Amino acid sequence: MIKVQKNDFNIGHEISEITSKNQNIGGISTFIGIVRGGNNNSLNSMTLEHYSGMTEKMLNEIDNEAKERWDLIETKIIHRYGELFPGDQIVLVITASEHRKNAIESCQFLIDWLKTKAPFWKLEDSTKGKNWVEEKQSDLDAASKWKS
Amino acid sequence: MNIRYFSWVKDKIGVDNESISMSKDIKTVNDLIAHLKTISDKHNNALSDTSIIRCAVNMEVVNFDKPIDEKDEIAIFPPMTGG
Repeated sequence: MIKVQKNDFNIGHEISEITSKNQNIGGISTFIGIVRGGNNNSLNSMTLEHYSGMTEKMLNEIDNEAKERWDLIETKIIHRYGELFPGDQIVLVITASEHRKNAIESCQFLIDWLKTKAPFWKLEDSTKGKNWVEEKQSDLDAASKWKS
Repeated sequence: MNIRYFSWVKDKIGVDNESISMSKDIKTVNDLIAHLKTISDKHNNALSDTSIIRCAVNMEVVNFDKPIDEKDEIAIFPPMTGG
């Protein structure tokens, strides 16, 4: 399941929504991305822009890819957009499976892939002014190691 | 043909979308970008370094040799930075 929303999310609520429906889950892996304050707390805010329509399409494709590659009972990706502040939650990935390896690996895969394939762009407003975040080579390397 | 711009491509060009009339010379994404660069200095500046430009046709990231036609939804943006 994927959600693209402005509002915050609650990981406890999102997990219990999954566990309440499934009796066979043996392990859940989660990742939360959070807005960093930067060196000397220099960041005022971060605005996430996205390409509505394509975002949902790409997140669904990535989600389906994870379900094909790992034996998963349920997955959830929630990605926020709009203006966020240091400490705010940006993204949540939850994967649930019978055995831990599938949940842990697929959770890492999902966050690595969505960083480079989901059409989001981050505008940082810091003490140095406004600046669009550039693509990082380390993110590309992390994503490419999952290529089948 | 309607083209959408995102992130600093949008900022540099100054609009988040625009319509251009198709000509016979625009057969691929490459042709489209070459044409857009002739529209104004702002376009030329935004699209000068194609190594940091990505293009989606009908919400799918494509190579610049991808054929396009009038009905396609085109978006031009920098590399994505989600997560």
